[in-house]
Amino acid sequence: MKICVLVKEVPDAAVQKRIDPSTMRLDRGGEKNLNPFDTHALEAAMQIKEGGAIPVEEVVAVTMGPSSAVRALHKAVALGADRSVHLSDDALAGSDVCATGYALAKVLESESPDLVLLGQQSDDGECYTIGAVVADHLKMPSLTQVIQIDVTDGKLRCERQAEYGYDTVEVELPAVISVGDAINEPRYPSLKAIMGAKKKPLDAKATGDVGIEAGSVGEGGSKTKVLGLNPPPAKEAGEIIEDEDTNETVEKIVAWLDERKLI
Amino acid sequence: MAVDTAAYREMTDEQEAIVEMVRQFADEQIIPNAEHYDHEDSFPEPIVEQMKELGLFGVTIPEEYGGMGLDLTTYAMIVEELSRGWISISGVVNTHFIGSYLLMKFGTDEQKEYFLPKMATGEIRAAFSLSEPEVGSDVQGIKATAKKGEDGNWELNGQKMWVTNGLGSSVVFVLMKNDTKADPPYKGMTCFITEKEAWKETGEGDFKGLNVPPKIKKMGYKGVESTELVYDGYKCPPERILGGEEAGLGQGFVQMMDALEVGRVNVAARGVGIGQRALELALRYSQERKTFGKTISNHQAIQFKLADMATQLEAARLVTRKAARMKDAGERSDLEAGMAKLLASECGKYCVEESFRIHGGYGYSKEYEIERLYRDAPLLLIGEGTSEIQRMVIGKKLLQRHKI
Ligand SMILES: Cc1cc2nc3c(=O)[nH]c(=O)nc-3n(C[C@H](O)[C@H](O)[C@H](O)COP(=O)(O)OP(=O)(O)OC[C@H]3O[C@@H](n4cnc5c(N)ncnc54)[C@H](O)[C@@H]3O)c2cc1C
Ligand SMILES: Cc1cc2nc3c(=O)[nH]c(=O)nc-3n(C[C@H](O)[C@H](O)[C@H](O)COP(=O)(O)OP(=O)(O)OC[C@H]3O[C@@H](n4cnc5c(N)ncnc54)[C@H](O)[C@@H]3O)c2cc1C
Repeated sequence: MKICVLVKEVPDAAVQKRIDPSTMRLDRGGEKNLNPFDTHALEAAMQIKEGGAIPVEEVVAVTMGPSSAVRALHKAVALGADRSVHLSDDALAGSDVCATGYALAKVLESESPDLVLLGQQSDDGECYTIGAVVADHLKMPSLTQVIQIDVTDGKLRCERQAEYGYDTVEVELPAVISVGDAINEPRYPSLKAIMGAKKKPLDAKATGDVGIEAGSVGEGGSKTKVLGLNPPPAKEAGEIIEDEDTNETVEKIVAWLDERKLI
Repeated sequence: MAVDTAAYREMTDEQEAIVEMVRQFADEQIIPNAEHYDHEDSFPEPIVEQMKELGLFGVTIPEEYGGMGLDLTTYAMIVEELSRGWISISGVVNTHFIGSYLLMKFGTDEQKEYFLPKMATGEIRAAFSLSEPEVGSDVQGIKATAKKGEDGNWELNGQKMWVTNGLGSSVVFVLMKNDTKADPPYKGMTCFITEKEAWKETGEGDFKGLNVPPKIKKMGYKGVESTELVYDGYKCPPERILGGEEAGLGQGFVQMMDALEVGRVNVAARGVGIGQRALELALRYSQERKTFGKTISNHQAIQFKLADMATQLEAARLVTRKAARMKDAGERSDLEAGMAKLLASECGKYCVEESFRIHGGYGYSKEYEIERLYRDAPLLLIGEGTSEIQRMVIGKKLLQRHKI
C-alpha cells in the first residue's frame, strides 16, 4: 500500500508568534521547523511500514507552502519518507482551512494513497481541521486524534483520544487519520539520513498540475474573512482563600463553586 | 516584507539539519539524564547506544569505511551541541575522533581497513594516551618505552595516566619511547596502536600485559572514565605501529602533535557548548528570581554579566569555526587552533562562573544544573594542553611568523 503523510512547515516553537494586523495573517518569519505533530504522523507511517503486517511500498510526504517549505520536506524524508511532493503556487497564498484542505486533497488525488496520515493540529494555525476537510473531498472515512494504530486483516484498529476516555474504532482503507502526540516517540534522523535527504525525489507541483481550480484557493477562493483581531481577555486575578487547612476552608470553597453553579 | 537572510547564513542546509537534530537529542536525552549519571559517576550507556545509531561515532570517517566523511567544521558544530548537553558525552566521542584522525592521516591501508569500519559504527571505541604520572605538558619527557623483541614484536612497558575512555575503549593510540637516547628526544618516539578488550581490567591472551587500574575519582567530567594504563610487557606486533614500522617508527611525536591540533578545535567547541548552556541557564534564572522588588535581570549589574557572557561566547564561537574552516581548507591552522582552544575554554569557564554567581546560593545546590557545569568546565582549561601551554605555542608561532 501507499501512505501519504501531510506535513507542514511552521514557525519554530521558540519563536513568539504574532499576527500581522495589516494582512490579518500569521507572521511566518523567523526560524521554521517541521510541525512537531507531523513528525508523529511520519513515525506512525514508518512503524506501519516496518511492522510488516501489511506491505507498504511507499511513504510520501506532501506539503503545501512557500519555497522555504522544502526544508520541512527534507526533514520528512530524513525521518523515513521515500519521496516528497511540494505544492507551491502564488495563487495559493492566503488560503483558509477549506481552501488548504481542498488543495491538499487534489494533490492526494493525484497520488491515490491507501492511507493518509497527518498531525491532529499544526503549531501555528492550530485549526485541528485539515484532516476532516481532506477526507471530505477524497470521500474517505476520517478519524481524528488517534493515539494507537494496529493493522489487523488489512484493516486498521485505532484508538482515539476522546473527550472522556478512549474510543476503539476499526476502519477500512482507504482512510484519513490525524494523530496525537501520544501515539509514538518519533525517531531522530540519523546523520546518514540527513545527508541523503536531498537525494530522495522531490516533485514540485503548481496548482495546474493537479487540477486545482484557481477560483477555489487563495485569498479570493477562501470563504472565511478575518474581520478583526482581539487579544484573549487577560486572566482575572483569582480569589485566594487564606485559611488553615480546616473543614471550614472546604466549606468556603464549596460555597464559592456553588455560587457560580460550577457544582 | 520578509528579508532574505540566506546571504548571511554560515551553515549549509545539511549542517543546519544536523545541528537541529543534535540539539534536540541533547535537550531530550542528555540534559534530563546528565544529573543521574554525574551523581553516580556511571557510564551513560543508553545515550551512547543511541549516538551509535545516529552515526555520531563516524562523523569524520570517510564514506568508503562506513562513516559520513564530514569535515572538521561540521564535527565542531556537533561537539558544541553535545557539550551544551554535557561535556562528558562529547568526551566519549573526543578520543575516538582523535584516534580516527590518526588512522585517516597516518595509518597504513591495512590499519584503516581493519579499524575504521568498526570505529565508524561505534562497535569499537578509541582512546589516546600521551600523559604519564610525572609528565603532561612536556610530552617529550615521557618515560614509557618500547623495545623490539627477538620475535619481531615490540614490548611495551610503562605507566600512562589520565586516559579518557581508558576502560571502555578497545584500542588505545599510545605514545612510547622507542629510543631513549634520541636527540632531540621527539625523534625517538613512536605511536603504537594497542588493542584490548573493552571494559576489562586485566588483559589476557593477545592483550596480556595491558592492565587498567580503577578509574580516577574526579571533581567533574564524570560518567566518562579516566584511568591509568599499565603496560607491563605488552606485545605489540610491528604492523601495529601507526603508519607501519618502516614509515612510522620515530614519527609518534609529530603524529600526535598533528592530532592535537584538531583536538584543540574539538576542545574549543566544547568550551563554546558549555558556555552556551551556562548563558541559557543564566538568562532563564535571572528573569525568574526577584530581589529588591524586581527580577534580577532588571538590575544593570546582572545585565552586564549577561552581555559579557554572550559577547565572549560569540567571539569564541567564531574563532573556533575559523580554525576548523582553515583546517578543512587545507591551510595551516596551528596558531588559530591554539587561539580557539585558549579563548573558548577560558570563555566556557568564565560563563559558567558568571552564571553560577547569578544563581546566588542556589548555584551551590545540587538541585541546579549550574552546579555540575561549575565542576565540569575546568577540565577544558587543562586537557589537550593547558592555557599556559597554549600561550606558549601562540607566542612562539607569532614570533616565528613575524621575525625581524
Ligand atoms: C488567527 C488566524 C488567522 C488566519 N487567517 C487566515 C486568513 O486570513 N486567511 C486564510 O486563508 N487563512 C487563515 N487562517 C487559516 C490558516 O491558513 C490555516 O492555518 C491553514 O489553512 C491550515 O490549517 P491549520 O494549520 O490550522 O491546520 P490543522 O488542521 O491544525 O493541521 C492539521 C494537520 O494538517 C496538515 N496540514 C495543515 N496545513 C498543511 C499544509 N499547508 N500542507 C500540508 N499539510 C498541512 C498537517 O499535517 C497538520 O498537522 C488563519 C488562522 C488563524 C489561526
Ligand atoms: C579529566 C582529564 C582527562 C584527560 N584525558 C587525557 C587523555 O585522554 N589522554 C592524555 O594523554 N592525557 C589526558 N589528560 C592529561 C592532560 O592532557 C594533562 O593533564 C595536561 O596536559 C597537563 O599536564 P599535567 O597534568 O602533567 O600538568 P603539568 O604539565 O605538570 O603542569 C602543571 C602546571 O604547570 C604549568 N606549566 C607546565 N609547563 C609550563 C611551562 N613551560 N611554562 C609555564 N607553565 C607551565 C601548566 O600549565 C600547569 O598549570 C587528561 C587530563 C584530565 C584532567
